[in-house]
Amino acid sequence: MSRTLILGGVLSALMVLAALVSFVWTPFEHTAMDIPAKLQTPNATHWFGTDHFGRDMFSMIMVGARTSIAVAFVAVGIGIGLGVPLGLWAAARQGGWVDEIIMRGNDLIFAFPSLVIAILITAIFGAGAINAIIAIGIFNIPVFARVTRGGALPLWAREFIMAARVAGKGPARISVEHILPNIANLLIVQATIQFSLGILAEAALSYVGLGAQPPTPSWGRMLADAQTLVSIAPHMALVPGFAIIITVLGLNLLGDGLRDALDPRLRVARV
Amino acid sequence: MLRYTFKRLLSLLISLAIASLVIFMVIEVAPGDPASFMLGINAQEDTLAALRAELGLDQSKLQRYLGWVGGMVQGDFGTSYQYRTPVSQMIADRLWVSLPLALYALALSTLIAFPAGIYAASRRGKAGDIGVMGATQIGVAIPNFWFAMMLVLIFAINLRWFSAGGFAGWDKGAFAALKSLTLPAIALALPQAAILARVMRSALLDVLGEDFMRTARAKGLTKGQALRRHGLRNAMIPVLTILGLQFSFLLAGGIIIEQVFYLPGLGRLIFQSISARDLIVVESVTMLLVFAVIVVNFAVDLAYAAVDPRLRART
Repeated sequence: MSRTLILGGVLSALMVLAALVSFVWTPFEHTAMDIPAKLQTPNATHWFGTDHFGRDMFSMIMVGARTSIAVAFVAVGIGIGLGVPLGLWAAARQGGWVDEIIMRGNDLIFAFPSLVIAILITAIFGAGAINAIIAIGIFNIPVFARVTRGGALPLWAREFIMAARVAGKGPARISVEHILPNIANLLIVQATIQFSLGILAEAALSYVGLGAQPPTPSWGRMLADAQTLVSIAPHMALVPGFAIIITVLGLNLLGDGLRDALDPRLRVARV
Repeated sequence: MLRYTFKRLLSLLISLAIASLVIFMVIEVAPGDPASFMLGINAQEDTLAALRAELGLDQSKLQRYLGWVGGMVQGDFGTSYQYRTPVSQMIADRLWVSLPLALYALALSTLIAFPAGIYAASRRGKAGDIGVMGATQIGVAIPNFWFAMMLVLIFAINLRWFSAGGFAGWDKGAFAALKSLTLPAIALALPQAAILARVMRSALLDVLGEDFMRTARAKGLTKGQALRRHGLRNAMIPVLTILGLQFSFLLAGGIIIEQVFYLPGLGRLIFQSISARDLIVVESVTMLLVFAVIVVNFAVDLAYAAVDPRLRART
């Protein structure tokens, strides 16, 4: 196993662990205010310090990991759930009108500035985690459709697919039974990348107040709270910022490592 | 080339038409009536009806859509519900902040990324390469609005080199205006530079393996000469695509950064208009951003086809 994979795996696991443990244990109640203890820098009692309401930042980061991971996870799920079947369908009908429509539709979604549309969706249909998930998820669909189609097309020319056709299997069955297992590697790698992008997007939406609403803690909103206090309590901005960076970095490294580990042929420099 | 241009132009127009339809429909289903929002909850029914008529909200959806698109084609983006001023004027004012910011960030991103990418490619596998690539990994993981806050903390609050926010205005001179855009531009540029440097490096590494590079070395060029004369030019194709995408991203991505620095750009305009239910402004600014993205991609496609004849045949 490469060092990239191990480092990425450890960092990602750390955040997942924090999220899971937060269901049963946090050092403090994450919503518990303690005004006399406000704005403390990291110390033995409050490992990551406290915010302007005296809430324990370590607990908030743990519970916030839950929000980030849940939003990104479901958004990636939407992308896979809709994008992969579309991509498989397009590949099976390569050059046909179905392929053309799906790919042009993809281009169109790509042309929309995703952040603007996400802001539009959440602002119009109400701020909240669900709408944030939908807004982020929509833009995952074309990504997965494209990766799936791109991975599936060369397979359709291979002998084992020919054999399956000769054996009388239809395009749908071939797609599911033979194409999908062979592009699973590609999809897993893409999923990790989209996962990290989803975490960044969720943080941005929450930062402008359009993501998860109080009292649900989220890293982006913690940063928004920190903005006016950054000069007197820099740790309020540093702590959630590092949480985001470590998670995204971990997922990206994990994606790179997985790509190399799963398929040596894919060892191209990642962009 | 002409045939290719025509084909691309047609798909550009279709994309724009569909995009406008989608935006119109999203805004259309938005809850909240602009007229009652403007007049408050105590407004009389006939006053509301009069205002709706004045704003054109009593027309059919089709009429309104056609009126909106028809107006935009002629440069008329409608009238703001909130300020009663032409939207085109509001956009023009804000564009003088957002566009220079995007260009500034693009310039910075290129200035950082090109040397970094070229350096990394030339030292492939060595410490320099690993260092640059590690830095780009961190660069893509940093949320730009967080980076913006850190810049404010260091350069505005502690060192006092820049102001923490706001825009000086172009009438105070180009230097003052650019100075107030410097921190936002850096914040926007850094994560983009990380991506661009990676693209630059991998494009160069692809090219370095090509036969014509070996030929160039064989005829006596040094590694650097071969890279500059033959390598860079061929590596530019993927780099150009990303640059095109980045410009549109920077224009739209400025939205969040403008919030951090209180810059009066398109992003703040969108936020203010959304909260004031000034939907015509939201609609038009969104359309403008989508238009910019689609047109920039179109231009990049054409630029390729001009550079590389093989691409014309393919589509």
